[in-house]
Amino acid sequence: MRVAVLKGGRSLERQVSLRSGARVEDALQRLGHEVVPIDVGADLVDRLRAVRPDVAFVALHGPGGEDGTVQELLELLGVPYTASGPSACIRCMDKVLAKHAFQDAGLPTPEFYAFSQTAFEELGAGRALPAIEERLDFPIVVKPAGQGSALGIKFARRAEDVAGALVAALSYDTKVVLERYVAGRDLAVSVIDGPGGPEALPVVEAVPNEEDFYDFEARYEIGRTTFTCPADIGADATARAQELALAAYATLGCAGFARVDLMLEDTTGELYLLEANAIPGLTDTSLLPLAAEAAGVPFDELIARIVGLAVARVTA
Amino acid sequence: MSRDETPRRSGARDLERYAGLFSQRTQAMKSSAMRDLMAVTARPEIISLAGGLPDTSTFPAEDFAALMARVAVDASARALQYGPTEGLDEVKECIARVMAAEGMEVEIEDLLVTTGGQQVIDLVCKTLIDPGDVVVAEAPTYPGAVPVFVSYQADVVQIEMDEHGMRTDVLVAELERLDRDGRVPKFIYTVPSFQNPAGVTLALERRHELVRIANERELLILEDNPYGLLRYSGEPLPTLYAIDGAEYVIYLGTFSKILSPGLRLGWAAAPRPVLDKLNLGKGGADLCSSTLSQQFVATYFAERDWRTYLGTLVELYRKRRDVMLEALAEHLPPEATWTEPDGGLFIWARLPDYIDTTDLLARALRENVAFVPGRAAYLDGRGGSEMRLNFSGVGEDDIREGVRRIGKVVREQVALYSTLTGQQPAAAREAAPEPENVVELRRRAG
Repeated sequence: MRVAVLKGGRSLERQVSLRSGARVEDALQRLGHEVVPIDVGADLVDRLRAVRPDVAFVALHGPGGEDGTVQELLELLGVPYTASGPSACIRCMDKVLAKHAFQDAGLPTPEFYAFSQTAFEELGAGRALPAIEERLDFPIVVKPAGQGSALGIKFARRAEDVAGALVAALSYDTKVVLERYVAGRDLAVSVIDGPGGPEALPVVEAVPNEEDFYDFEARYEIGRTTFTCPADIGADATARAQELALAAYATLGCAGFARVDLMLEDTTGELYLLEANAIPGLTDTSLLPLAAEAAGVPFDELIARIVGLAVARVTA
Repeated sequence: MSRDETPRRSGARDLERYAGLFSQRTQAMKSSAMRDLMAVTARPEIISLAGGLPDTSTFPAEDFAALMARVAVDASARALQYGPTEGLDEVKECIARVMAAEGMEVEIEDLLVTTGGQQVIDLVCKTLIDPGDVVVAEAPTYPGAVPVFVSYQADVVQIEMDEHGMRTDVLVAELERLDRDGRVPKFIYTVPSFQNPAGVTLALERRHELVRIANERELLILEDNPYGLLRYSGEPLPTLYAIDGAEYVIYLGTFSKILSPGLRLGWAAAPRPVLDKLNLGKGGADLCSSTLSQQFVATYFAERDWRTYLGTLVELYRKRRDVMLEALAEHLPPEATWTEPDGGLFIWARLPDYIDTTDLLARALRENVAFVPGRAAYLDGRGGSEMRLNFSGVGEDDIREGVRRIGKVVREQVALYSTLTGQQPAAAREAAPEPENVVELRRRAG
């Protein structure tokens, strides 16, 4: 098959996407496919029309590639593509939509409030902040609604920090989430579709090497975080985390594969859904490949399966 | 065997497989979200005030062609051959002339030609630093030195600056504190003139003071002086090397800013025993710096007046500095402050502490403009509200437009913050309140 690998693009996660793309290309070549790498830009439609791929492997992360934009184009051009369709991508990329969907489906997610920049500028939403602070208690996690990586995520430890954290988060998106901080263990459950429906992979835990719980960036830096898979959290919590991940996957309407991030609260032992990533990283340090390998699915087989699902979706 | 027959091993254990082989040193090296962010600044549509680039377009192409042709005719075999590790004598003569222009006398035996000034920082660390050794640097320090210090696992103590450069009183207090812990820094790293990134210059009295401290305490100073000859206003000051008489100062110079960074040629002048070690370190690193580049430099100095081109650069950069200072006064809100450098390539701006310049960069990139977030110049997480702006590598129109765009996003965040907190933004530059924790580096324009 001729497979176009869509990677790069203009998002802030361009570098990660290039690494994911390169690794996918290697695997596709080993699988005997004809690989056409495309660094996504203004000529994407022309390139796709010229290349006429049998399937497009979307290895894009962040806004533009993971938020349904590219998927919409691929639908229009009639090119089969990997992973979720536009609507699931939109829901995953927007943490506000995702969290509302979780709540509506009765799935646990940390209590939150979401605002647009307009709400602050035109509706005086800033006046409501003290009430929010009272309800969520400190520290409060402040996140841009639509940024896939750790960029822009801040911890407000006191009331004085909240405005600055909001300004930071609004650097990335016009919508922000203020969320109750769940102190606990940081888990990720990847889901891949299979013949018998979606299947949850072993749980990965991100363990910071230093005790800097407030430094989100540390979790994404090689050497500052250790990933253990399967996570040593006991059979019950493992089963519950996998069940929640599958429920989140279904609720958001994901297809092909996705990664769901959760917190296991120290004090209560409760699990909470944080977010879902429609196109999680596929680099050699990424969690989905790590989990797949732990489940006995080597990277090449994972890629073969993902491509197979994309083709099957069209022919079905 | 072809690649098809031997599929490369793959899998999530790839990193794990190699990670076990990495040294402690490389494990300390980090890739970060900020690095990914900076990678985006290279997009062509972006006006990048983030670089530290000289404007090489001003070097006459005909001269370059003629000089390279001369190298080919006169010294083809030598230019294509290995050279001595310490560098060609002809080049050291050129270096002596450049140093003389800043009032330094140097014997060519005291010189080591290096692959850019950056190599001197690496070689000095290689020579002096064991893991955990203390290095003293300025706060903020040259962002390019940070990964070098990290890779040698130095414990870096950063000393704050004001508009007269590193505060020697703070330095003394810090040295005494270290003393009490039984620790002695191996060297003090400083960019005394038109500092990268802060743009400030170490005052004359402090230069003497710093040299005196080094002598008394028998500490080495690494004087990084790439921009000394790029002075646009004010009177030249003696280098630490000149004041010290080459006792405790290792001097770092470079052709990058007075001629071309593409040549990758810099140098060290150091006390002989230190120089010998640097030389051995360099032998291991790269045997010798490019002989082709060295032949070019020697020919250039023989056939052209190097000061003429330097004069062209000084005129060009002075105008660009002035344009940037004007643009900053016009577009940045009164809450912002910045330095007014007398030379070099950089202006350092400080925003209200509720603005995080790493996040601001993400916003600025959507306006197609980039700068270096302040954290890149600290090893201890400080600098979150600061930024480095380069004025040498960008044309005047782009400087104006770039600063206008930065001003737009900064004002937007100031307004948003005041909406959120109910505080009024400062009304005008003159009436700006003085944030009490922003005393150092303060110099208000306009």
